[in-house]
Order: sequence, then C-alpha cells, then structure tokens
Amino acid sequence: MMRKSQRHLNRRDLLAFGAGSVLIASSPLRSFASQAELEQARRELFGDRPVTEGRVSLTLPPIAENGFSVPLSVEVDSPMTDRDFVKRVAILSPRNPLPLIAQYHFTPQSGRAKVDARIRMSGTQSIQAIAEMSDGSLWSGSQETVVTLAACVVL
Amino acid sequence: MASIRLAVPDTATAGEIVEIKALIRHPMESGHRRGSRGEVIERDIITRFECHYADEQVFAADFHPGIAANPLLTFYVRAAQPGELRFEWTDQNGQNWSETATLNVT
Amino acid sequence: MRLGALLASAALIGACSQPAEEHNAIELDPESIVSGSRFLTAETQALQADDFANPGFLWVDRGEALFSEPTENGSACVACHEKGLPGVAATYPAFDTETNSVLNLEGRINQCRVKNQNAPELAYESDPLLSLTAYVAYQSRGALVSVDSSGPSRETYETGRQYFQTRRGQFNLSCQQCHTENWGKRLRGDTLSQGHGNGFPAYRLEWQSMGSLHRRLRDCDTGVRAEPLPYGDPLYIAVELYLAARSNELPLESPAIRR
Repeated sequence: MMRKSQRHLNRRDLLAFGAGSVLIASSPLRSFASQAELEQARRELFGDRPVTEGRVSLTLPPIAENGFSVPLSVEVDSPMTDRDFVKRVAILSPRNPLPLIAQYHFTPQSGRAKVDARIRMSGTQSIQAIAEMSDGSLWSGSQETVVTLAACVVL
Repeated sequence: MASIRLAVPDTATAGEIVEIKALIRHPMESGHRRGSRGEVIERDIITRFECHYADEQVFAADFHPGIAANPLLTFYVRAAQPGELRFEWTDQNGQNWSETATLNVT
Repeated sequence: MRLGALLASAALIGACSQPAEEHNAIELDPESIVSGSRFLTAETQALQADDFANPGFLWVDRGEALFSEPTENGSACVACHEKGLPGVAATYPAFDTETNSVLNLEGRINQCRVKNQNAPELAYESDPLLSLTAYVAYQSRGALVSVDSSGPSRETYETGRQYFQTRRGQFNLSCQQCHTENWGKRLRGDTLSQGHGNGFPAYRLEWQSMGSLHRRLRDCDTGVRAEPLPYGDPLYIAVELYLAARSNELPLESPAIRR
C-alpha cells in the first residue's frame, strides 16, 4: 500500500460539509402544515364528530432514512360484513406541506380493511390515521417516525 | 407511457380474502419542489385509484402530493365469483390508465 | 439564527478551501469490501429484495420490451442476443478494440445501435437507454463483478483512480476520504458506504427514480461543491472502471435501491 503524507478527513472538513448541507435543507419551499391545519383537514373530512383512539393500527418504521418514500401500513379492526365495515381511512400529517396524504375507501367486498403504501414525510412527525365505520363512528391511530437527513443534500 | 405491475393470485376459493398489489410508474410531482433555476415544478399527480370486481367498485384510493413517486398499493378483495378485476388510475387532468386481471374462483 | 448559521458555515467552508494537493493512494482492504446495500435500513433492503414492489423493475420491464422491439430501420437486440446477455454486465466497463477505448454498458449499447441496428445513439440518462441498461444489468443480478483493469484498460483505470483520490470542490474533499478512509462512520443521518457501483442503474429514493452511475457521480461532485462532469464524460467512464475493479467479486444488485 502506498502512503504519502496522508491526511485524514478531519473534523473540520466534516463540519463544513454538514453545515453547508444543513443550510440547504433548512430553506423550505413552503411553510409546513401544523397540528392546527391537521385538525382543520380532519373537520373538513369528518365534521365535528368525536374521534376515539383505537381499532386502527398504523405501522411506520421508527426511523426513515429518506422522507421521499416511507412504508406505511394501516389496518382497521372490523368484521367487514355488509352490516359492519370500514368505509374509509384518511392518512393525515401535521408537518407535510398538505395535511391530507391519502384516503382509502373500502366496501364489505374488500374483506379486510388493510392497506400498504409508501408516503412522503417532510421531517420527523407523528402520522395519524382516522377510520370511519359504517355506523358513522370515528377511530384513530398514530405513529411517530424520525426522518433522518442524508449526508449529501443535492437539490 | 405508463408501466403497470400487478400481483393478483391466479386462483382463489370462494370467500377467500386475496391480497392484491398494484404498482404504476408516475413521478407524483408534488408541486412543492423547485428546479435548478429556482422555478416551481408544477404539480403532476395521480389523484384516484379504483379497483372494480365484476363491475362493482370494491376498493378506491384518493392520492394527494404526500404519496411517494411510483405509487404502490397493497389491498384486499374477497373472492366471490369468477370475474374480471379492473384497475384504473386517473391523474389530475383526467387522463387514465387501466389494466385487467382475471380471478378464477373455485 | 439563520444568518448566524450562514456566517459560521461560510467561515468553515473558507477555512477548508485550500488548494488541492497531490492525492494519497489508499485502497480498500479486499477483505473488508461490502456492498452499499449493507448500510441501508431493513425496510429499504426489503424493498430491494422484493421483485414485485422494487420500483426499479418498472424500468427493467420497459427495457425487456425494448430489447425485443426492432428499431425503426434495423433489427431488435434479441435478433442477435437470443438468450439475452446473462453475466455480461458484470464485465463492464470493458476495453473495446474497435474504438480503442473503455466502454461502459451505456456506451456499448449505443455502439451496438449505431453499428448493428441502424439506429441513432440514445441520449445518456434518457428513459430508453436507462431502461435497456437496467434490463441488461438485471440479467447479471447475482453475478460477481469481474472487470479487467489490466493491459489496454490500465491507463484508463489509473485516470479513474486519480480522479477518485484527488481533493476537489469548495469542500476540498476527495471521493476516497469518505468512501475508502471513513466508510462505516456516520455523516449526519447516513452511514458512509464504500462507494461501489454494483447496484447501478439503481432506484434512489432521493431521485424517486432510476438513475445511472454517472448521475450518482454527478451528485457526489455536487455534494462536495465541485463542478459535475457531463453524462458519459470519459473521465466518469474512467472512474466507473476504477470503481468496478475496486468492487471485483461483489455481486451485482441492479435494480438496487439506494438512499
């Protein structure tokens, strides 16, 4: 192995690298939604009906290495019969530019109220899923995911 | 040109709940990004997905800009009678892409 | 607050912007070579391993269709390559005696189009070229990289090695400082990989799309605030050869998923 006057990547190099990247990452193109906007979106979708926590399992990884594509799985506990089924599930974000990410519409013929998808997350946040049952009741579940920033941010 | 990938089981027994996967190639441009010259890249997204089974809608999804590019969906359908499954994606301008698969129920 | 950060980082960048110095030749320990997929989260590894959900297959499918589609005034790839091209991608970049130069897969496909298919070259990073490259690379999935960097390829290899080992850009960093000397350590939210190209063309989450190795190299150069080279630049082909030889014996993973 040839080694001439080797210089290791030092702490200062790395700091500069990181600082430059952070600057770019911290200039959002649009202000983030807030918890208040999430509540507003929820009211637009479901009115002022009460939401009970439970029956909705929302699964996201605890850490996502990239916010552009985060696996999401949502399942609602329901017999999915003609009399008792899940009508729809809304996926809401308190931090994305728009709070509503998706809505899934089910029928008794769905058999199972479960969906796997991939969503975008602009930063660490707690994603919420709200399910509307055929009897009109609303149920919710949520999951916190830490979104890490890449080493090199290239726009 | 849209590319679509579907995963549907060939056969199912009556009453069985089958898993379906549907993947379509689409940038799902959010409208929140800027290009290299600072110009806003216009929103271009698929807004609706529907799955029809024997001409009845059994599952649907509304997409917003928070859905990742090349959207992938895994969902379920209860097999009843032999029939055609039709999958349809529609974008914000009304353009749509569809694909069918036959479910053989025994 | 923002202004403070700006000033602080400007000062730091300034402090590091010394003129590039002669490169240090350091090579990876062959015993320690690992693929970039090793540094991904379990969820991303699972996506790569899922031959249905891996979005890279949208490009492989398209490439497969193009492979058997005749060109406007010529024959289809499949007319000559009836059994496809299994294992071939693992030997690229390779020296071409006709042009007396090293060609990467993209270059070889374009050479074939002009010479044998009576068709114009496809633009680098265009959808059809990316799709065809992805399909050909996919046929070598699992094959071990076995690139020849000796004989007539040696000079190109040395050029690529020098590029990799030379500090550049406002950050004054060389590729090797991250990917040979500091792989496995954390840099912000990432773990630094060894910088192998065995997954390319790859679907990068950051691109939300499939892309070539040259697109990745352009991102690296931009990352250290250096001027990126044009797609297909001979210097990038030299870097591609050096990287491939450096990753000999690693299995090809295209279409891989990368951050």
